[in-house]
Amino acid sequence: MRETAIAVGAGALVLALLPFSTAERLWIAGVALALFVPMGIFGRARSLRLIRWAVGVGWIVLPVIALMLIGGFSPWLPRVETTQWGGLMLTVILAVVGIVASFPLGVLLALGRQSELPLVRWLSILYIEIVRGVPLVTVIFMASLMLPLFLPGDLRIDQALRAMVAFTLFTAAYIAENVRGGLQAIPRGQIEAARALGLHGWLITLFIVLPQALRAVIPANVGQFISLFKDTSLVFVAALLDLFNMGRSILANPDWLGFDREILLFIAFVYFICTYSMAHLSHRLEKILGVGER
Amino acid sequence: MTEEIIICRDVHKWFGDFHVLRGVTTTVRKGEVVVICGPSGSGKSTFIRTLNRLEEHQRGQIIVDGIELTHDVKNIEAIRREIGMVFQSFNLFPHLTVLQNITLAPIWVRKMRRPEAEALAMQLLERVGIPEQAHKFPGQLSGGQQQRVAIARALAMQPKIMLFDEPTSALDPEMIKEVLDVMRELARSGMTMLVITHEMGFAKEVADRIVFFDEGRIVEENSPEEFFKNPRHERTKLFLSQILHH
Ligand SMILES: Nc1ncnc2c1ncn2[C@@H]1O[C@H](COP(=O)(O)OP(=O)(O)OP(=O)(O)O)[C@@H](O)[C@H]1O
Ligand SMILES: [Mg+2]
Repeated sequence: MRETAIAVGAGALVLALLPFSTAERLWIAGVALALFVPMGIFGRARSLRLIRWAVGVGWIVLPVIALMLIGGFSPWLPRVETTQWGGLMLTVILAVVGIVASFPLGVLLALGRQSELPLVRWLSILYIEIVRGVPLVTVIFMASLMLPLFLPGDLRIDQALRAMVAFTLFTAAYIAENVRGGLQAIPRGQIEAARALGLHGWLITLFIVLPQALRAVIPANVGQFISLFKDTSLVFVAALLDLFNMGRSILANPDWLGFDREILLFIAFVYFICTYSMAHLSHRLEKILGVGER
Repeated sequence: MTEEIIICRDVHKWFGDFHVLRGVTTTVRKGEVVVICGPSGSGKSTFIRTLNRLEEHQRGQIIVDGIELTHDVKNIEAIRREIGMVFQSFNLFPHLTVLQNITLAPIWVRKMRRPEAEALAMQLLERVGIPEQAHKFPGQLSGGQQQRVAIARALAMQPKIMLFDEPTSALDPEMIKEVLDVMRELARSGMTMLVITHEMGFAKEVADRIVFFDEGRIVEENSPEEFFKNPRHERTKLFLSQILHH
């Protein structure tokens, strides 16, 4: 009871951060606090299992809710245009999209680099080496400024999407190299044993090689994702204001003169919370999947 | 006359410039247990690995169960389904449980349904004496147990032939017996087996024939009694004196 109340209440409070008028915000905050604080205090504490369950459900439900709020799929709220995205939300969206999209792409590139088809292999190598040889800023810059030059005039992709593409393409090259390391570390005997059993090509990759390789490179990949999370602050070159750049624009505002320290420390703290959570998650994942267990 | 299940005619193989197999000719009959021995580097492993095409031979002919080994992928797959292999270093899949190790190939290669495959796996684990380990990971088992799982895994494909490449060499002495016991039982059940081993006691007791390899050739093949009592070649005598006196 208590845990649910705290969880739901915290969720409801977040609603107050959405672009409503001040009066509406106060109402939301008031109702949320009035309803859930008593329940949070006086409700009976149940087992940890319930929290786990609630968090699990939250991970599935909340992104959907967020999507509905941002995308204007609900009847009450207007669509939030990508040009209006900013702050922590932009940082999180860029990072999440970058991570989710770059991972499979990186794995495919790593497999492509080991492919027996020369064309696939060379294209993968070319891609990986070129992207790794270029600073991230350049990639974002190119995606935001130069891409439109190559596309037909009436086809316009908005800035946020371009930034997502840039982060995805950039990170994928590094993920590919990490995964390649994992692939090479698979003992030959594993593949021979699989072949001797009559398993062939993609079955071996899917069931024997990839699970072991990906598991071995969890730390390296999470490190890359943490970098990505922090590097989202480079989107200012695409004229987007993420968490960090929102802070900078606040600093530039005369009303906030002299608050540099507070603002910067706060931003650093938010980054730290996020990246530390990712690192922690990585450790948990390694434990659960038993890295190093042979 | 019993049927010849493996026929090798003048098999040659090179690793780059190095001539590993220099014309191996032999046949194995159905149900026969052949022990292969010989000095280190003589090509024993390479030879049995050509039989399921983990290594490609470059000259000569290998016919397994009526199918000739060529570049034809279909043939290779068909032959691998008929041949089980057990390695010196077990090569179990560390990320899968014992049960998953055993059922993977039956499900995906033989297209067996999962419940059926699991029932078969349990039956085989029973046979190798470790049904209680089914849900553990390989890393949680002793070497002897791991090797027995590897044997069960190979048997799950219901092969006609089993290849063993020094199956007990990586084991502590007290575990060797448990693996050899399983292999003995397998031999008695009529399985065709090719076994590379230095366990001469096992060879004497179980083998129908002993094949002696040296420098990529079969130097001598004979029944165990003859092989140990009257070795014909100097090379064999030397090998036997080395292996029996330590
Ligand atoms: N992949 C390879 N590439 C190059 N040379 C190889 C390769 N595999 C084996 N060899 C060489 O071929 C020779 C025969 O090797 P093989 O493993 O067949 O010997 P073996 O009789 O099984 O010896 P052992 O008793 O040590 O296992 C050795 O000299 C070895 O160095
Ligand atoms: Mg060998």
